[in-house]
Amino acid sequence: MDLARHWRLKDQRYRLEGTVCADCGAKFFPPRQVCLECKSTNLTPREFNGHGELYSFTTLRSAPMGFEDQVPYTVGVVKLDEGPMVEAQITDVNADALKIGQRMEMVTRKLRAQGDNGLIIYGYKFRPETKAD
Amino acid sequence: MAQRKLGRGVAVVGAGMSKFGAFPEMTTRDLFAQAFREMCATVDKGFDPQTIEAIYLGNYSSDLFEGQGHTAPLLTNWVGLSPRPATRVEDACASGGVALRQAVLAIASGAYDIALVGGIEKMSSLATEKVTDTLATAGDVLFEISAGFTFPGFYAAMATAYLHAYACPTEALLNVGMKNHANGALNDKAQFGQRIADIMEARKKSAAKKGLPIPTWANELEFLRDERANPYIALPLRLFDCSPISDGAAAVLLVADELAAMFTDHPLRVIGSGQASDGALHDRATFTAIPAARLASQQAYAMANVTPVDIQVAEVHDCFTIAEIIASEDLGFFEAGQGWRAAQAGVTARAGTRPINTSGGLKSKGHPVGASGVGQVIEIWKQLRGVAGARQVAGDLRLGLTHNVGGTGQTCVVHIFERA
Ligand SMILES: [Zn+2]
Repeated sequence: MDLARHWRLKDQRYRLEGTVCADCGAKFFPPRQVCLECKSTNLTPREFNGHGELYSFTTLRSAPMGFEDQVPYTVGVVKLDEGPMVEAQITDVNADALKIGQRMEMVTRKLRAQGDNGLIIYGYKFRPETKAD
Repeated sequence: MAQRKLGRGVAVVGAGMSKFGAFPEMTTRDLFAQAFREMCATVDKGFDPQTIEAIYLGNYSSDLFEGQGHTAPLLTNWVGLSPRPATRVEDACASGGVALRQAVLAIASGAYDIALVGGIEKMSSLATEKVTDTLATAGDVLFEISAGFTFPGFYAAMATAYLHAYACPTEALLNVGMKNHANGALNDKAQFGQRIADIMEARKKSAAKKGLPIPTWANELEFLRDERANPYIALPLRLFDCSPISDGAAAVLLVADELAAMFTDHPLRVIGSGQASDGALHDRATFTAIPAARLASQQAYAMANVTPVDIQVAEVHDCFTIAEIIASEDLGFFEAGQGWRAAQAGVTARAGTRPINTSGGLKSKGHPVGASGVGQVIEIWKQLRGVAGARQVAGDLRLGLTHNVGGTGQTCVVHIFERA
């Protein structure tokens, strides 16, 4: 993916910014222009707090381009406390210790190096919730 | 849901396919011509291919796989059918099934009397990582793939959720692979013409020949549990839970029902057709079912005026073993959470009461993505006409079903066929 496209997504990548429907209150990540619940187009930005529960996960032993140097790595789906599901890498944990339903929190990490020029792309990952929070 | 009817009846009167596999020496054109010729030969009373009025071609991504776009007119020209209208249909791995539906609707509308449905994909020219990347474009590139997900990863996440929700043992997945390999071993068009046991014995022989220690697997299950023989791709999915990278083509001839008798005395009527769409995986409330598959099958059952128990043989989209288990529930064959038990009990085996993927499925027959949905029809054609040979399901078969999924369920298309 080109860097310009990544830059346009910076509010999502760095701040987990989605949308909330002004008419029915439904919340979305990634952001949407039409509410999936009531079909309203009256949606406004909403930053999510980055906490939720692990809905599912897997550890990949075979990687797509740009992720070769990370294998094996774990990806998962986190159901945010506000409702939306987020697909992300799971970090800072031994995958054997992961359990569906456990508390997770967002962290900002290096996602991958981009192309030949080695530009580094940052964005959200999730890890088990730390007590300090 | 409003019960929809076709404007007029549509029938399958010919069905053929190339062998599925990895064919570096063959071009897409060769594969398609092979499927087309075989389809022509299956028309019982013969026919003039020049009477075909339109072509609908399922093809996911010749652009990325081969650097060749605009495949529908190209292949139409290759089999001598220019200047007929040629339309390519792209709905990821459901491209073939959706092409079939487009042709069904075109004939039902009265626009055409005779249409060709093709499906084609040539995937093996690319290295495995590049294939993975090409398939990944069927997901949400901005919010799934950029997080590091792959297709095995999506279905593995579905499997993790399913195993957890229904206390299903991981090994239940392996049963699906063993069954589909056993079926594919009886299909001369299948990429893997081997049972797991055959693969196991071949590995033992090869080890002996090389003077290496001979593995001691006592049975198929032990082989599949062996991390070296059957490595994890995306936990809990292992290599033998995944469909292969394949080249292949399939072709089906559809005609208006009122004309079917000119082609054959044993047509298959297309009595049900349904299709639905959905967002990416993160837009779903659950991973243990595919909502679009449920909707598409409900539409097809309603149109056909049949229920799941009436279906005698089904080809379902087993791109991964977990997908077959979930499909068997989405189609209403089993209650949610019971699909794995049915697979384990042999209910879905060829000799079971609910045979699924008698062709070997995508797992063993192969999964040239744009061809897969059309290839499924060839098996139903053979089973319902009683010409499936060694893998023929016993009994008086009248009703069959195909279930074709694109992506993780962003597209699903279901068809029901009745032997006339
Ligand atoms: Zn709303």
